[in-house]
Amino acid sequence: MAEDLKYAVEMRGVTKRFGDVLANDSISLAVESGSIHAIIGENGAGKSTAMNILYGFYAADSGEILIDGQARSIQNPGDAIRLGLGMVHQHFMLVEPLTVTENIILGSEPGSSFAIDFKQARARVRELSEQYGLRIDADARIEDLSVGQQQRVEILKTLYRGAQILILDEPTAVLTPQEVVEMFAILRSLRDRGKTIIIITHKLAEVLALSDRITVMRDGRVVGNISTREATAEGLARLMVGREVLLRVEKTDAHPKDAILVVNNLSLESSTVHGSLNDVSLEVRAGEILGIAGVEGNGQTELIEIIAGLRPQTRGEILLEGKSIDRLDPRRRKNLGIAHIPEDRHRRGLLLDFDLAANSILGVHRNSPLSGAVLLNEQIIAERANRLVREYDVRPPNIALPARALSGGNQQKLIVAREFDINPKLILVSQPTRGVDIGAIEFIHKKLIELRDAGAAILLVSAELDEILSLSDRVLVMYEGRVVGEVDPRSVSEEEIGLMMTGGKR
Amino acid sequence: MKKLLRELTFPLLAVVAAFLVGGVIVWIVGDSPLLVYNLFFTSAFGSVDGIGYTLFYATPLIFTGLAVAVAFKCGLFNIGAEGQLVAAAFATAWVGLVAPEGWPAILVALLAMLAAVVVGGVWAGIPGVLKARFGAHEVITTIMMNFIAAGIVSYLTQYHYRKQGDPILETLPIAEMKDGVLTGPHIPRMHDLLAPLGINFPERLPLNLAFLFALAACALVYVFLWKTKWGYELRAVGLNPSAAEYGGISIARNTVMAMALSGMLAGMVGINDVLGYRYRYYDGFSAGYGFTGIAVALLGRNHPVGVLLAALLFGALARSQLFIDIFTNKVSKDWVVILQAIIILFVACEAVFRMKSKRSG
Ligand SMILES: Nc1ncnc2c1ncn2[C@@H]1O[C@H](COP(=O)(O)OP(=O)(O)OP(=O)(O)O)[C@@H](O)[C@H]1O
Ligand SMILES: [Mg+2]
Repeated sequence: MAEDLKYAVEMRGVTKRFGDVLANDSISLAVESGSIHAIIGENGAGKSTAMNILYGFYAADSGEILIDGQARSIQNPGDAIRLGLGMVHQHFMLVEPLTVTENIILGSEPGSSFAIDFKQARARVRELSEQYGLRIDADARIEDLSVGQQQRVEILKTLYRGAQILILDEPTAVLTPQEVVEMFAILRSLRDRGKTIIIITHKLAEVLALSDRITVMRDGRVVGNISTREATAEGLARLMVGREVLLRVEKTDAHPKDAILVVNNLSLESSTVHGSLNDVSLEVRAGEILGIAGVEGNGQTELIEIIAGLRPQTRGEILLEGKSIDRLDPRRRKNLGIAHIPEDRHRRGLLLDFDLAANSILGVHRNSPLSGAVLLNEQIIAERANRLVREYDVRPPNIALPARALSGGNQQKLIVAREFDINPKLILVSQPTRGVDIGAIEFIHKKLIELRDAGAAILLVSAELDEILSLSDRVLVMYEGRVVGEVDPRSVSEEEIGLMMTGGKR
Repeated sequence: MKKLLRELTFPLLAVVAAFLVGGVIVWIVGDSPLLVYNLFFTSAFGSVDGIGYTLFYATPLIFTGLAVAVAFKCGLFNIGAEGQLVAAAFATAWVGLVAPEGWPAILVALLAMLAAVVVGGVWAGIPGVLKARFGAHEVITTIMMNFIAAGIVSYLTQYHYRKQGDPILETLPIAEMKDGVLTGPHIPRMHDLLAPLGINFPERLPLNLAFLFALAACALVYVFLWKTKWGYELRAVGLNPSAAEYGGISIARNTVMAMALSGMLAGMVGINDVLGYRYRYYDGFSAGYGFTGIAVALLGRNHPVGVLLAALLFGALARSQLFIDIFTNKVSKDWVVILQAIIILFVACEAVFRMKSKRSG
């Protein structure tokens, strides 16, 4: 039996240290050839680090790596690619103005050293796209593609370079539910054609549905290695976090009070349907969570950004506690008590090269006592940052680290900490748990409910239908920039709401 | 501080490597590298005169290096420091020329300094406004402003403020020796500043108060960028405009402010040259200070301390030029220019090295 097992990848005793942080502590894992292998674990457990070592991005301090049974030294991604490895990163690495084909051949251009053979490249891209059912137009520009399509371009890129082993770091974090379904079909078809797939994810349901084997990591160590058939969501959660985790949101009924946010006939004109708003009216009251369900790109981003003051509307008005805020800039709106957790933490939410302390004051940096008339008040800023890091369990708790050095989930916790700390009246929340581990999801959800019960009005946008339905007290559905209906999250069925989200009538 | 040292390791290596390559060039040309190194150190640092001139040559480069660095911290590339300092220097002299007879020289000197800073700031602020309002790229507009400044200033000097029959393109003097005393608006030289302390700094050296202004500017820029809320905003815009905007920071306002500050710093070169050295505006006084400032900022990693050190190095090179030219058989003063070029080349390589070293953690 044992000799039948062929391992595509084996990591033995791999250790990696970043300063004081032991990111990988002698981890060992073996991935069967032709299987889908999931790696799960809390934020900062060391999953991305392990995969980055495998792909040659980081050099391990010690340990060895075997590919197809042979010990290999992987010094850089070039080595990894030659050994048949391909990686799709947590954050995409595509050049937006270029086409799909141009992006795919970037770095391995076919043809002579002077001329690139585009025709050959395009034909190959088409062929691969068809073969694996990726359905990507070889000539489309990256900036015109949806996130899900961009991700498939990343996969195509690795296949183009001859990858036999695909590493996907949180591929589903940014996808809509439909895209996730498509993605799984693609991954299964890849596996059935003999490819080996390693996938990092935080979503236990996905792990159970998709993978063949699961490796669980905690605090830089491998703490479990199980066949998916024998795994349960509760069991995995306990292994990951080291305690029982609530996988459901527990909340009491809302007791809404006065309206905090009123949006009247808000419209945004745009050259495309995606990115326009059409006559959106809504109301969020103190002590309730209003969820916005919808497929990403149907105006939710724009709605939130307009309310936050980050872009102007074409028509319509926004009232906070009865007063128009249309003319106020983002900082004044924040000072009135509007917190905002942006959907894209790297683009909007953080200054990756600033340290945690500097990031912890973004948006409130002009407020006393954080700054005086001229100078920033470094001591008070540091004290507050340390408190936030402690209260929200941001790891590692070192406020002098640049935000870039944190794992994705910990970056999100820092943003959440910063925004919740202003004692908001209104909280605009976009994708609050994207890329966040189950322990932190539980924490963020609990916090949101707490703030609701303390009287905050919360407007929630999420691509996770589950999240919307379990957190919200009322749910509006958006489609192509308009509100197409309101549903009761306690009674609506997934089919019903799914139909509304895709433009079908109720 | 430790962080700063780490930051400056690479530039330091680049300089050492450039000197080695420069030595090889000397050797190929057929002279002794050791002789050239020796000439460099003794002429630049080996005597009071040497040090005095090195600091004097470094002064304008500190200003322009800081100017480029401040703009860069906001994500802006100010190629126009040259035009800003030319306009500012003329404005400095102009105040001296048009001030009413009876006004006290010290008042006029203060007004002239103000003019230098304001005109420099405005000259850079215009591209800032153009960028903030219309998205016009500052690289293009600052270069255009360089030409405009040079044109206007030459015209004014030539046709309005030049002494009849003077073959040199320069304005009338604003301060002159009368009975052994310099009369008219000016700032004191180091000799006069140090004399009350009982230090006898040679009178012939042109090093003046502006050098102390330059040191103060380094300190102020540091405090501004890293300790004030405005500096926080400026750097935030430079690193990630979208996130800055999210944090309620105005990109437009910071763009204009960074450019204006940058121009004000560049404009202070006029104080050194007009009020501290020549006491007139001389067309062509700038040996490309605005452009060398880019190199200084690059070498100094856009940090005031780095800029100060880089400017001192470039000042020393400028000082040693003549000596290397004279006291060697085959090496000309262009060697210094080549050395500067090699330094820049090596520093520019850093991006590549950084990318590699990031991978190994
Ligand atoms: N370049 C770096 N410099 C310093 N520390 C780092 C660096 N990269 C990762 N770390 C640290 O190593 C640890 C493991 O991080 P890693 O990104 O591997 O976590 P992860 O399991 O992928 O988490 P997430 O689920 O949040 O993406 C974290 O504590 C992180 O802060
Ligand atoms: Mg990760």
